[in-house]
Amino acid sequence: MIAVELSKMLRRPRTWVTILLLNALPTLVAVLLAVTDLGPRPGSGPAFLSAVLADGTLFPLAALAIILPLFLPIAVAVFAGDSVAGEAQSGTLRYLLVRPVGRTRLLVAKLVSVIAFVLLAVVIVAATAYVVGSLLLGDQPLAASVSGTTLTPEQVAVRTVLAIGYITLSMLGVASIALLLSTLTDSPLAAALGALAFLIASSLLLTLDAAEVLQPYLPTRYWLSFVDLFRDPIFWRDIVRGIGLQAVYVVVLLGAAWANFTTKDVTS
Amino acid sequence: MIRTRELTKRYGSILAVDGVSLDVRAGDIYGFLGANGSGKTTTVRMILGLVLATSGEVQLLGQPMPRGGRKALPQVGALVEGPAAYAHLSGRANLALLDAMGAGGVRRTRQGRIDAVLEQVGLAEVGRRPVKAYSLGMRQRLGLGAALLRQPRLLVLDEPTNGLDPQGIREIRELLQHLHANGTTVFLSSHLLAEVEQLCTRVGVLDRGRLVLQEDLADLQAPTGRTVVHTPDYDRAHALLDGRIEQRDGDRLVVRGADPAQLNAMLVSDGIRVTELGPERRTLEQVVLAATDTSSHQVGVTR
Repeated sequence: MIAVELSKMLRRPRTWVTILLLNALPTLVAVLLAVTDLGPRPGSGPAFLSAVLADGTLFPLAALAIILPLFLPIAVAVFAGDSVAGEAQSGTLRYLLVRPVGRTRLLVAKLVSVIAFVLLAVVIVAATAYVVGSLLLGDQPLAASVSGTTLTPEQVAVRTVLAIGYITLSMLGVASIALLLSTLTDSPLAAALGALAFLIASSLLLTLDAAEVLQPYLPTRYWLSFVDLFRDPIFWRDIVRGIGLQAVYVVVLLGAAWANFTTKDVTS
Repeated sequence: MIRTRELTKRYGSILAVDGVSLDVRAGDIYGFLGANGSGKTTTVRMILGLVLATSGEVQLLGQPMPRGGRKALPQVGALVEGPAAYAHLSGRANLALLDAMGAGGVRRTRQGRIDAVLEQVGLAEVGRRPVKAYSLGMRQRLGLGAALLRQPRLLVLDEPTNGLDPQGIREIRELLQHLHANGTTVFLSSHLLAEVEQLCTRVGVLDRGRLVLQEDLADLQAPTGRTVVHTPDYDRAHALLDGRIEQRDGDRLVVRGADPAQLNAMLVSDGIRVTELGPERRTLEQVVLAATDTSSHQVGVTR
């Protein structure tokens, strides 16, 4: 069943169009930087972007920082929101369930397919950015950490893998919200937009001083903490908190999705 | 094959299905009749475990539903409320995906089975085209093909001839008769009386959530003990059969007496011309209308 879901995901044109679009913005940024040679001043603009003019191999991290606040969550919300509601809307859900595919098993397969999509998207964006960065941007092996000291290429590679894992987990929080909504409604659009509304509300509250008591619990609070992996030494506090927070969101929301989906009347 | 006991589904204050006790036996072609909105689809969904009953039980192939779905459903082919497929994939790819999901789809025999059902439902020529290029009738055929993919013992079909042209309807009817002859039990839900009358051996009638009739079609259509005679010589027939004529409508007479042969001999020996003569049988339409009228909670409901 999981294999079938994965093959369905990979055979969908939408998957590849989404990944293509996710690559488009960082690539555009790389081209603009290469042509104009105008990098943002260090400390402003998306993380790492000031460094890539010197060292193009850091561009994967800059690319992830570019798509993380908005592009990637939109893609994940659309994808996860579609997972159950899309089957319901097209009517295929009832045929899956009478095949029979157990409801829990279907939900797990959908979840695995969402995780695979996130990983695929993040890895392809990072790989593309590496190629683009190496070709277009600076080639001085700077490999500077955010703290100003120098990291070896091995350290950068390991930390990039960790960053990819952290970003995937962060996106899993988004996916869990969208998946829960996807089991509640038969409209994939409603599920995706509902998840986005949640994230936008979270981002908004993060800018509001009056919401300070809520901020440690907001799902987007620690997203950009992956930058801390490139401090020297790694600054773990926010990363650990981010992992814990996402884990709670994932467990609670997926539990609710499971409880709802396994007991609901499928009338689509 | 399907047995429900006092099956009830309540949506808020609306009672969609009310104490339905179905009994579909092995070898039946069971016609499940009812107007739109009478609760047919909800009942079908409860039988298949998609909708959970408020109270009552469902036994599908001897397994309690929805718990026993894992055992029962692989032997059931279903078409519920219209076909559905992934539009960007071909009909063939859709069948392959569906077969790969859930237990029981043996990979080794998959291609062969897909070829066989595409042939059966008349889609062999277009199996490789994407489903979005299919007409409604072709999608309906594909849905039926998906139901047949695992050679089920029981077919549960909800409005299987929707969207088909008369030629297609006949092909599907012949296909179902062929499957039935090979031992498949068919449960067919429909609002088309003619379809059920031509195909089914047993009917159940649902009216506003209640099962108002469940009987063998042959019993429902058994002679009523009266004979219908068409004759242009009404006055002479009236004189001869005095008192036995119950009804007259032009030259159509309904005569008491269950033996058409004897009545014919009597009329002819008296020189009365007969254009048509036979035992009176009720049509399914009359039976269904009578059953649903007597159960009317409201007077003057038109349907």
